[in-house]
Amino acid sequence: MISGLTTKKIDSIEFGLLSPEDIRKMSVAQIVVADTYDEDGYPIESGIMDPRLGVIDPGQRCRTCGNRVGNCPGHFGHIELARPIMHAGYAKVIHKVLRSICRECNRILLTDEEIDYYNRMFKRYPEIGQKTANLSKDILKRAAKAKTCPHCEEEQLKLKLEKPTSIFEVGDAGSVRLTAIDIRARLENISDDDYRLLGINPDAARLEWAIMTVLPVPPVTVRPSITLESGVRSEDDLSHKCIDIIRINQRLRENLDAGAPQLIVEDLWELLQYHVTTYMDNGVSGIPPARHRSGRALRTLAQRLKGKEGRFRSNLSGKRVDFSARTVISPDPNLSMNEVGVPEEIARILTIPQRVTEWNIEEMKELVLRGPDTHPGANYLIRTDGRRVDLRFVKDRTIISDTIEPGFIVERHLDSGDIVLFNRQPSLHRMSIMAHEVRVMPYRTFRLSLYVCPPYNADFDGDEMNLHVPQSEEARAEARVLMRVQEQILSPRYGGPIIGALQDYISAAFLLTRKSSLYTENQVNQLLATGRFTGTLPDPSIIAPVKLWTGKQIFSMFIPEGINISFKANVCRKCNVCTKEDCPYDSYVVIRDGELLFGVVDEKAFGAGEPDSLFHRIIKEKGTTAARVFMDSVGRLLIRLITDRGFSLGLNDVTLPREAQQRIKIILQEADHKVNQLIETYKRGELDPNPGQTLLETLEQRIMATLAEARDSAGAVAGEHLGLENSAVIMAQTGARGSRLNLSQMAAVVGQQAVRGERISRGYIGRTLPHFERGNLGARARGFVTSSYKSGLDPIEYWFHAAGGREGLVDTAVRTSTSGYMQRRLMTALQDLKVETDGTVRTAPGRIVQFKFGDDGVDPSKSDHGRSVNIDIAIEKVLGKRIKE
Amino acid sequence: MSKKSTTTDAKPKKTDSGSKSKTKEPTQSKKNSSVKKTTKTDSAASIEKYIEKRLTEMKEEHRLPPKVMNELETKLKDLTFTKKEFDEICDTVIDSYERALVEPGEAVGTVAAQSIGEPGTQMTLRTFHYAGVAELSVTQGLPRLIEIVDARNNPSTPTMRIELAPELANDRSEARRIARNIEMVLVESVASNVSIDLLRQAIDIRLDSELMEDKGLTTDEVGKAIQEKIKAKGEVEVSENVIFVYPANETLAELQRLSEKIRDVRVKGINNITHVVIRKEAEGYVLYTEGSNLEDTLEVEGINPDKVYTNNLREINEVLGIEATRNAIIHEAMNVLTEQGMDVDVRHIILVADMMTADGSIRQIGRHGISGSKNSALARAAFEVTIKHLLGAGIAGTKDPLRGITENVILGQLIPLGTGSIDLLMNPQGITGKKR
Repeated sequence: MISGLTTKKIDSIEFGLLSPEDIRKMSVAQIVVADTYDEDGYPIESGIMDPRLGVIDPGQRCRTCGNRVGNCPGHFGHIELARPIMHAGYAKVIHKVLRSICRECNRILLTDEEIDYYNRMFKRYPEIGQKTANLSKDILKRAAKAKTCPHCEEEQLKLKLEKPTSIFEVGDAGSVRLTAIDIRARLENISDDDYRLLGINPDAARLEWAIMTVLPVPPVTVRPSITLESGVRSEDDLSHKCIDIIRINQRLRENLDAGAPQLIVEDLWELLQYHVTTYMDNGVSGIPPARHRSGRALRTLAQRLKGKEGRFRSNLSGKRVDFSARTVISPDPNLSMNEVGVPEEIARILTIPQRVTEWNIEEMKELVLRGPDTHPGANYLIRTDGRRVDLRFVKDRTIISDTIEPGFIVERHLDSGDIVLFNRQPSLHRMSIMAHEVRVMPYRTFRLSLYVCPPYNADFDGDEMNLHVPQSEEARAEARVLMRVQEQILSPRYGGPIIGALQDYISAAFLLTRKSSLYTENQVNQLLATGRFTGTLPDPSIIAPVKLWTGKQIFSMFIPEGINISFKANVCRKCNVCTKEDCPYDSYVVIRDGELLFGVVDEKAFGAGEPDSLFHRIIKEKGTTAARVFMDSVGRLLIRLITDRGFSLGLNDVTLPREAQQRIKIILQEADHKVNQLIETYKRGELDPNPGQTLLETLEQRIMATLAEARDSAGAVAGEHLGLENSAVIMAQTGARGSRLNLSQMAAVVGQQAVRGERISRGYIGRTLPHFERGNLGARARGFVTSSYKSGLDPIEYWFHAAGGREGLVDTAVRTSTSGYMQRRLMTALQDLKVETDGTVRTAPGRIVQFKFGDDGVDPSKSDHGRSVNIDIAIEKVLGKRIKE
Repeated sequence: MSKKSTTTDAKPKKTDSGSKSKTKEPTQSKKNSSVKKTTKTDSAASIEKYIEKRLTEMKEEHRLPPKVMNELETKLKDLTFTKKEFDEICDTVIDSYERALVEPGEAVGTVAAQSIGEPGTQMTLRTFHYAGVAELSVTQGLPRLIEIVDARNNPSTPTMRIELAPELANDRSEARRIARNIEMVLVESVASNVSIDLLRQAIDIRLDSELMEDKGLTTDEVGKAIQEKIKAKGEVEVSENVIFVYPANETLAELQRLSEKIRDVRVKGINNITHVVIRKEAEGYVLYTEGSNLEDTLEVEGINPDKVYTNNLREINEVLGIEATRNAIIHEAMNVLTEQGMDVDVRHIILVADMMTADGSIRQIGRHGISGSKNSALARAAFEVTIKHLLGAGIAGTKDPLRGITENVILGQLIPLGTGSIDLLMNPQGITGKKR
């Protein structure tokens, strides 16, 4: 079925209660026997599994509708209750209503004038909703205050609700419990008009229906029994509860008929009330939950609906789908960011319905002929009469392929070029589901370009991802136009690219574009070929003795024409006075008309999540396709470059010369000495407290500062000895991976371990570990690690390091749940908002929230990092022409 | 941002009328520029005049938001160009602005929720972070963001920033005096001991002279404050650094109760402000407080009532009204996010703030606020407290018009957002007619 042909649309839903007559009318069987199956395993007539209630066993036909399993929706039965039973969920409402009506004449406890006034108020709001509910609340409050009835002058008694279902009338002589019969009698007497005032719509529900005389029995399809391997039938929790109700109901009826004493009848009545209450909701406070024989609480009606695993959130708001696949992901730098590698095994199972036309009939015949087991094939054939042929069971496919004519639908295998949706949980933003083009590949993992790792937040340590195949032409068109990766490069969160280069791409770009990089004609040709460059080579920068091209020239060949931008690269040292183009570190990047003139390319130029970068300008000015082509080709080139050159990090890279190690040692010793001095002054009581802090806090802060300073200067010493050619330094400076801090931790000193932002102080009484004296506040005793990762930590240091690391783990675990809940709340609160055709932002019922979105009507993802218009660029565009001319 | 937003409230009506002429406008302006092309020999004066004319015209048309308009004006000031170039610049700016507008049907709410929620996973969970003033701790990161969105009545760390009146701004002793007047002082905090003297049948309050001096108090003042609080329930006798209170009712229970009460009597300062810190900033001396009480602070002499800030949203709503609250929500939420290094567009936060304040009161994001007051029972049931909403809908006999997202997802129908908000109908008769 192609979508769009469905014309039925549900316009609205009305809620209400079932009246006893309704329940009897829809019932197909009165249930009186509290049993399921007889000895032969057949369901007992009028029992809880009555065959008229529907079928659950395959092969049987329904006694009511004649359908088989799957087609029979199931049918309701009913139980005639011997005495009326209150619906526990409505006890509160019943109590409120009883308080506001007369106990004698059952009129609302308001004077005629008041009734008139409220009636007029009600006329203002034709729809039932929040407004009318508030009005009714007001009425209930006011009527409950009346001491005597304004209509019959009867004195009113106080009513007390004892949860969950008992209502007492408190008189002077003591309190009397109202039976369900008494209550029902009063409620029955309330007029429709009075009900309306009380916020109950008599067209949909009368409150006396909440005191049930008949109980519907849900169809067996709602509570299927399962047959265990041993052949023992196990009944659903609902069935168990129904049996309890029927059993007690029968006993109550027998006792009533026999004229049993009042006490026994009341006990049974109360028991029946308990069973019905727990049948509706087994989590009502005030009564013990009904339990299974094993002690597990039963999962009754309310439990089925409630909560995360309930019907609403798990089955109605979220749905299972066909045409989907899931497997482990792995990287493939040769793929375009728009593509996804799909294993052939998956491509053989997922299908796309394709209508046979006169133009593709030969192709389709070929696919059908190839069948379900060879890859570009087909799994099903749907004839014009709607009959579906499973090609797995067709003996001779040549015959069937000959019958194909235009109008047939072939469910062909997924093939390269098809568009699919790709997703990784948790789906925190819209870039978590993007459309990719399929590339069918060998092996069993999904392959994806590294550029899409940031939006999916994916890595390859075993992550799995999902893939969905859109089945209709509209869905595919929307996926291609709106959801394709290249259309999602700009994040709506901040109006900059969220997709971009990372890790080795950045290191490689730096290596390529720095001043010392020169390449021979052969190398240039190699590199440009991997980047799929088509065009002519520029003149070499160095002609003799051999022709050499600079890396900047090579990189420039991929930048689209007309791109002008200048910015400071990530390697920038943040000097006090910027020399701009004359930067000694080549960190001032200048691009004129698509030509990289100065500066090195690093994270700031094309990194992921880097707004106002070169990549950002390319998307803004040349469009998404140009941006994708730029990224893809540059990426392939860079990977080739870095694999040819080689780039690795070893122990040598973090080993310092002995002399430097000595200096670090001295720095640390000095720091330790300073800390001890601080502790001494503290113990002597000579320490000056900082304003607003206790003495101990001051000491801690000073110690922390001293140690942090020591760590920094040790890091600086390490930095002096790790040259610019060091791989780790290159990665840290270009922003490819790691930081200065990581480096100095590896080479020089790990530093202070902290829990909750403080030095580690807990453990034993007065000390962190038994290796120290009590009250030792020294650096080492409170978790300062003087070793480096390279030299290795001693056991005590290792323990502190683990303690600090544990905090991080706990923090992440807690954070995901709290932030997840916040996002869910934001989502439910805001999801109905949309921009109308007049530019206003409105809620679902049409209330205006904003006259213009964000006060200027600008879509953040179309903005230039938040700015609605980049005026500088507009000016440059116009005035730039002048220079050219 | 805040300035701009208040002005835009009145603006939409104008833009509505302006939008009608929008469609015609581009052709007109192009004509303008082409006309000017002929008179190429333009003097500097005529260009200036022309520029001024066009700019005022553009301002009246409201085709650009005021912020962009101002930026354009200031940036063009220092440049020289021909009329043609000027027109071209204006046209490109208008064109790129109009290209950047949101498309109808865009699910701005969902995008805003995602844009604020997604970085939440990367934020710190640590409640206390020392920002700006070392002595004061302020809730930061995710907990604070949740607090804002929840519109809590009592934020965990209420704080105020108070600037002094301009003429006192650089006077340190004045700043200290004002700070003293603001900081709440309880009897308990200046007394060295509060005990019950059973012989005298009185409450014996010993005041710490050092503390008293520090806070600038006299024993008389303390006595007066106590008398005012307990009124006729007892008599206060003041002597040097000692106060005796003789209760009217001389039972032991009464003595004890009264002594508890006296401990908490406020002698000086403003309620709820437990601590004041003075800091020197570019504007002069600025007071930072722990605890917040906007209403009373505004009455304090010597401060600049235009430059008082609190992070307590409810207080802002009570004292300054809903527009101020909206701006405060935007400001606070934006602060939290930028402090954590999260790059989030203000427009998303503006939308959240507008949604929270749209009906004139602060509504929480959650079941007691926006989500709980949705029209659809199904949508409410799908969020939280399922059973209550279903039972309520049953008895009230409500009708769900199925206009929201959740309801339509539940029913398996197309949702009214984006491409789903548009109906494209084909006239089958037109097609069959053609074929024939």
